[in-house]
Amino acid sequence: MARNDLQGSLDLLVLKTLSQMGELHGYGIVLHIQRASDELLSVEEGSLYPALHRMEQSGWIRSEWKVTETNRKAKYYKLTTAGQKELLKAEKSFEQLIKGIRAILRYA
Amino acid sequence: MSTVRRILNLFSRSKLEQEIDAEIRSHVEMRMADNMAAGMSPEQARRDALIRFGNRTVMRERIAAADAELAFDAVARDLRYAARQLRRSPAFTITALLTLTLGIGANVVVFSVLNALVLKPLDVPQPSGLYNVVHKAQGYDSQSYPDYLDFQRRNATFSDMAAYQIQNAGLTTGNAAYKCWYYRVSGNYFDMLGVQPAQGRLFHTSDEKGPNSAPYIVLSNDFWRTHFNSDPDIVGTTVDINKHPFTVIGVAPGAFHGTDVFLWPDFWMPIVDSPDDEGANFFSNRGMHNIWILGKLKPGVTPQQASDNLNFIARELARQYPASDDDLSARLVKPGLMGDQLGDPARSFLAGIMLLAFLVLLAACANLASLFAARTADRSRELTIRLAIGSSRWQVLRQLLTEAVLISVLGGALGTIFSTALLDALTGWQPFAEFPVHVAVSPDPKVYLVALLLAVGSGIVWGLVPVRQIWATNSAQVMKSGAAGTIVFRRLAFRDLLLGAQIMLCTLLVTSSFVALRGMQHSLHAPVGFRPQGVILAETDLHMGGHSDASSTLIQKRMLQEAGRIPGVTAVGIIDETPLGTGGSSTLVYRMGTTEFRASNSAFGAKYFSISPGYLEAAGTHLMTGRDFTWHDDAKASRVAIVNETFARAMFGNESALGLRFTMGDKVPNEIVGVVENGKYESLTESPWAAMFFPLDQNPDTDTSLVVRSQLPPGEIVPALHRVLAQIDPSLPFVFHSWPDALAFVLFPARVATASLGVMGLLAAMLAVTGVFGMAMYSVSKRIKEFGIRVALGAQPVRLMRSALGRPLLLLLSGSGAGLLLGAMASQLLAQIVYQATPRDPVVFAGVMTTMALLGFVATWIPAQRALRVHPAELLRQE
Repeated sequence: MARNDLQGSLDLLVLKTLSQMGELHGYGIVLHIQRASDELLSVEEGSLYPALHRMEQSGWIRSEWKVTETNRKAKYYKLTTAGQKELLKAEKSFEQLIKGIRAILRYA
Repeated sequence: MSTVRRILNLFSRSKLEQEIDAEIRSHVEMRMADNMAAGMSPEQARRDALIRFGNRTVMRERIAAADAELAFDAVARDLRYAARQLRRSPAFTITALLTLTLGIGANVVVFSVLNALVLKPLDVPQPSGLYNVVHKAQGYDSQSYPDYLDFQRRNATFSDMAAYQIQNAGLTTGNAAYKCWYYRVSGNYFDMLGVQPAQGRLFHTSDEKGPNSAPYIVLSNDFWRTHFNSDPDIVGTTVDINKHPFTVIGVAPGAFHGTDVFLWPDFWMPIVDSPDDEGANFFSNRGMHNIWILGKLKPGVTPQQASDNLNFIARELARQYPASDDDLSARLVKPGLMGDQLGDPARSFLAGIMLLAFLVLLAACANLASLFAARTADRSRELTIRLAIGSSRWQVLRQLLTEAVLISVLGGALGTIFSTALLDALTGWQPFAEFPVHVAVSPDPKVYLVALLLAVGSGIVWGLVPVRQIWATNSAQVMKSGAAGTIVFRRLAFRDLLLGAQIMLCTLLVTSSFVALRGMQHSLHAPVGFRPQGVILAETDLHMGGHSDASSTLIQKRMLQEAGRIPGVTAVGIIDETPLGTGGSSTLVYRMGTTEFRASNSAFGAKYFSISPGYLEAAGTHLMTGRDFTWHDDAKASRVAIVNETFARAMFGNESALGLRFTMGDKVPNEIVGVVENGKYESLTESPWAAMFFPLDQNPDTDTSLVVRSQLPPGEIVPALHRVLAQIDPSLPFVFHSWPDALAFVLFPARVATASLGVMGLLAAMLAVTGVFGMAMYSVSKRIKEFGIRVALGAQPVRLMRSALGRPLLLLLSGSGAGLLLGAMASQLLAQIVYQATPRDPVVFAGVMTTMALLGFVATWIPAQRALRVHPAELLRQE
């Protein structure tokens, strides 16, 4: 359970980032999550890329090689319709998880 | 991403990897740029960026592993890697392939035979629910026709029940005469089996209107093709069977070969016809057991219910007809093995051979496991590195398993190809010219499935052996000490146990084959109660010439006279059926004074034969006391008999049997005029039978085996015999063979057993040699440096040999001992098939020991040479 949920939360972070930012490359996703969470969360590169590939295979995101503002080639990821649905699902299940954990913390 | 691209990705791995690399590179560059902007030195910036990714190869693997085709892809990758590894060590690969080809091939062959003869249902359109109804007593399988009719009418559990009988006859068409084997079957036979004609029609119950009411036959497809040239107008033609006209009404489909696995009939005839002139007796005599009953269960009825039902009927019949039926009982058996006569021996023998074949495969696996474990130990450095850079133990294990299974499946495929060729040859083989015996054992899908299972299974078995090694691997330790560090030579390794077990299995198989070979040799020289050497047999059935029992004696006398006149012939005689031929008949005998002639009151069952005067001399059967028959012992004289020693002892104890009398179901007394030596009558392994011989004139029979003893070579005597016999009746078909050749039939089971055990033993021996060789070679090559140093320090060659080969030889010795012991136990089983098979034979013991010693010598010779030829100087230079 633990493993799935951790993976689930990484998926959630990535999907949410992409839905807010539109199109982003892997490095951009790392930076965004770091910044947006006030440096509380840091995504490891070692987990991010396998996750991105898995989500791409599942059809939640699409990728495209583009040139960055600093003129570098980078692979940009974009949310698909399936990805948007998945995001809603993930948000819901995350909220339930939080609710559950809170409830337990309260009575523990 | 389309599925096509994903699959393409599998085969163009590098492209996907390049893309992943490019993405990682771009990420690292962006991170570097930011790091430098934050004030790091370029070197620091790069280091920081890379560290975040950890190991790049592992990273790449993990990204690729995230592919949806993850499992498939990983397998493909493992397979490619495995293939590369195997190519890199051809010696190991070839040894493993060869071992598995032999091991799996042997299993496929044996399983196919087992499948074809025992497991597969009869090859008829509707095989389910078919059973032969035999008696409870083993080996007592035939029934009488009236009993069959009662079983059929009174039972409530069978949807139908058919009767059949295998017979031979002379078939004449135009001017060609053939000796044929055919089935006499009840009218419902084809309908019950669901057989449809290929030409014309088949016969049905409605055709049966009393004795000889349906003079029709249905030809088998093979017979129609080979003997009638596939004549399309065959239906309606008339042929003569034993000189009686019969109409061909149809041809059976090509796939239908009757209801017996081995004996394929040439044609089928309604059971109501009897060209053998058995006539009314057959249809009314309940004591005349000569048909087989084949029944088809009603849907939903279990064999147990059906046999309870039949046994109830049997008890009813026993009450109604105590004289003939008081021991009637019923048992259901798998159909197709001549009632069940071949059932038990075939089943137990095939199960035994299957077990041995499986042991060979196990030995092969043990062999490969020790090789593989050694190889894994050699590769420990590679494996450790893989573990150190982040492969999981499971991944490494999966890799090794893939290698093992890959080889096993390849070996299995090769083994299956070879065995299929062998089986096809076996299927086309007809072991006996005069019997329509077929061994249809072509593999079917079940066989291929078993081959695949065996291959994968054995791959997993021997591939799993190095698991402990992998789990115990401590990366740091191995990296420090080098590959040789993990191999511990002091304690008894798991490998050694494997090798020991393998040698044990091998010795077991070698012992079994030696025992069988010796038994075979014994059978060839066993006393059989006659001397077959130098005798030519001319066999015929006078029915085929249209003669009856009563008129046959005249012709037989003429045959004896003519044959006796051929120069060089020393003795001639006639017997109805030669002992150790196709069985012969037996009947119950009673002591004088018996009043109620029922089976339970009988003294015992005895084989009976009709012989002419002079037969005993011609056959070389020794007359212990009394006299031979003369032509005066005819129908007008009082009834006389010659019995064998077993008969005399069983009936009269130690009293001299001469002049004493006994009787049979016909209640007529027979006076014993002679006692002959014991013999073998049905099979070489039988326990002594009581036997009795009657004069031809008092017990006429059309079955005629002319026994001709002469000093002439068969090439001269046979044409001479043929000439004189043809003058007596040119229409009689004769089969000529030397008596030793005719015994091939009874020797067949022992021959097959010996041959298969020999092959298994040979396979096992080969495996043992490669096993010991591999082990010795490996231990020498691992310690070659140590040997070099010891040679340099002046070690004696003997001591060197002891440490190099001590362990393999010790294993060989203890394994052989254990195997010999096991073999001795297993041979009890063998004794049922092979005559006088006993392991307590010094020749067997010596043979096995010599073989194993020779194997050991062959297997350790090269490694020993290598250990002895160590050159310290060269070794030092190598490092």
